[in-house]
Amino acid sequence: MTGDHQTLALLLFSAFVAVTLGITTWVSRNRHGSAEEFYAGGRLFSPMENGFAIAGDYMSAASFLGISGLIALHGYDGLLYSVGFLVAWLVVLYLVAELVRNCGRFTLADVVAARMSERPVRTAAGTSSVTVSVLYLVAQMVGAGALVSLLLGGTSESARTWTIIGVGALMVIYVSFGGMRATTWIQIVKAILLMGGALALTVLVLVRFQGDFDQMLRTAAQRSGHGNAFLAPGLRYGGDWTARFDFISLGLALVLGTAGLPHILSRFYTVPTARAARRSVVWSIGLIGGFYLMTIVLGFGAAAIVGPEAVRASNAAGNTAVPLLALDLGGGADSTGGTVLFALVAAIAFATILAVVAGITLASSASVAHDLYASLRRPRGKQWREVTVARVAAVGVGVVAIAIGLLARDLNVAFLVGLAFAVAASANLPVLLYSLFWRRFTTRGAVWAVYGGLLPAVVLVLFSPVVSGSPGSLFPGTDFQYFPLENPGLVSIPLGFLAGWLGTVTSAERADRAKHAETEVRSLTGAGAV
Amino acid sequence: MTSSNGRLRLRRGGGPERTVESREGRAPAPAGTGVAGEARFDDPWYDALNSGWGELDGTGAPASVGPSADRGVGDRAGGAADIYLEVQRSAAFQEVRSRYRRFVVPGVAVFFTWYVGYVVMATTAPGLMARSVAGAVNVAMLAGLGQFLTTFLFTWAYARHARVRRDRAALELRWDTQELTRVVGGGHR
Repeated sequence: MTGDHQTLALLLFSAFVAVTLGITTWVSRNRHGSAEEFYAGGRLFSPMENGFAIAGDYMSAASFLGISGLIALHGYDGLLYSVGFLVAWLVVLYLVAELVRNCGRFTLADVVAARMSERPVRTAAGTSSVTVSVLYLVAQMVGAGALVSLLLGGTSESARTWTIIGVGALMVIYVSFGGMRATTWIQIVKAILLMGGALALTVLVLVRFQGDFDQMLRTAAQRSGHGNAFLAPGLRYGGDWTARFDFISLGLALVLGTAGLPHILSRFYTVPTARAARRSVVWSIGLIGGFYLMTIVLGFGAAAIVGPEAVRASNAAGNTAVPLLALDLGGGADSTGGTVLFALVAAIAFATILAVVAGITLASSASVAHDLYASLRRPRGKQWREVTVARVAAVGVGVVAIAIGLLARDLNVAFLVGLAFAVAASANLPVLLYSLFWRRFTTRGAVWAVYGGLLPAVVLVLFSPVVSGSPGSLFPGTDFQYFPLENPGLVSIPLGFLAGWLGTVTSAERADRAKHAETEVRSLTGAGAV
Repeated sequence: MTSSNGRLRLRRGGGPERTVESREGRAPAPAGTGVAGEARFDDPWYDALNSGWGELDGTGAPASVGPSADRGVGDRAGGAADIYLEVQRSAAFQEVRSRYRRFVVPGVAVFFTWYVGYVVMATTAPGLMARSVAGAVNVAMLAGLGQFLTTFLFTWAYARHARVRRDRAALELRWDTQELTRVVGGGHR
């Protein structure tokens, strides 16, 4: 990586930071910090704007660089990720988006607490939401650190440290000053940049092969050294049954986790009606689906043009496949075109991380202030206090994420994202679906559903090969590995549903019929929605 | 909003049972008439607000009188809860709910099975998935692209079903429910 690349990439990235800071200042002028404004941006975004923002929130650097890199290295098995990430949106569209928009105000806990005894439910749902957010956040911070050292400053430790701190500080500024409105506009700008960048590269790859997809696949298979096996599943997740179950577990976590991600759920509150929420999901499915289709072309294109060996030599996990592809497509390392494209891709990747981090920070500060703080404080507090708490919480979450990000910087990014999805699917999805659809669901069931999914997910990871007992784990020296799978989803998701059912059937209290009627009527008609 | 004829009515104080007239026999807006419906429903809630609150006056039973005659002042919270139970029992609401469920339950069952089947096949039957179809394109590639295609199709089908079969009825229910809770609850909702 020469100095030219670095300078140009830094310039582009600084431009993005300047533009987003400008947006933050612009939208936060003359705003009186109401909760409506801070958490939901005034609820007046259009479906198209919100669709772009959802796509921007969802397509992290793990998608842009990670999935294409996995495809470039392992062929078809990388594509399985894209499918899981996309199909997950059907769960959101069919079961969650409209109903959550109709029933809640700012967070997931609102939906559950409307039917139940408020305090325990809010505390439980708030705890699990913050856990999911922090895991996801750490993944993004670690990714930012790794990216910077790969793309800009070699592998110097201080560059990584300062990148993590810098990204964290920026996101705290965005969120605490601009709230949901600034965050949304940052997501929109980032989504447009990301789609544009991916589209340009995809077109260049297809032009290189004269539009012959088949030719590209054959070249990729040939250069990979695996032949046709490169185009079929099994290179990465084949082998023994543990690996296969691990992949099925990951597949379940991906498809069920999205509907439980707090920063995705909070996006539905930024539009005025459930119908607008539905239309924004339709927009985002179009954008996300198109994007993942392009990552397939980029991944196989990188395998065909750059070659897996060169990709692996640059980064063992394949995260630099797309930047290397851009360099080649632009005309090679010493050409102007190559330099510009490379810098562009690097800047887009940074922008992606920054925007995703801002979205998650906002969602977790909402969980802290609106759920945890609100359920623990004295009743009858003033509303402006809650927003102040949220701003402070954004700083606090930022500091925690920076600290864990610095400690965990050697953890695999894809693993952390998979874990966040698994926890979201185990702890948040069961309680949400039961609250919306099960007449007899009770407070005890809700609390059990959250903790019954959250605790197994976390505990199983502690005893998994990720933490100990294998050469690649966090503590390779010790061995307290009792659970064979890296992703706990296959066990912890059913446990979450089971715990919710068990808590309900064993609880002495009967479900409140009137409150269930209210939730059902409101969720399907939008009566009384804010 | 001008189409008050044929709408669901939740009359309070109008009769002992306060029955809900079912919307039975009134076909859902067919796709063909969607142009007018589209325009009207483009931003439904704001349209509704602009059209004013005076509609109930046309029914012959002034709504503001009914509840206050029926109920004491201390009965308000129970009143709002009763309204939701009443709406939930109404034929119009049950129709909306069953339309939603009749579409969503089979839909989720189909795409979830198809996705899990795909993941399980990819991990347990790589031989079958590697079978070549045309050139470098094999069964696995077709199945993967098929997942993308079905996701887009399911999205389109859901959005269309909701727009054509649910939106109008749900909006009317929302309107009437809020009208009732506003009157009973003193406008706090």
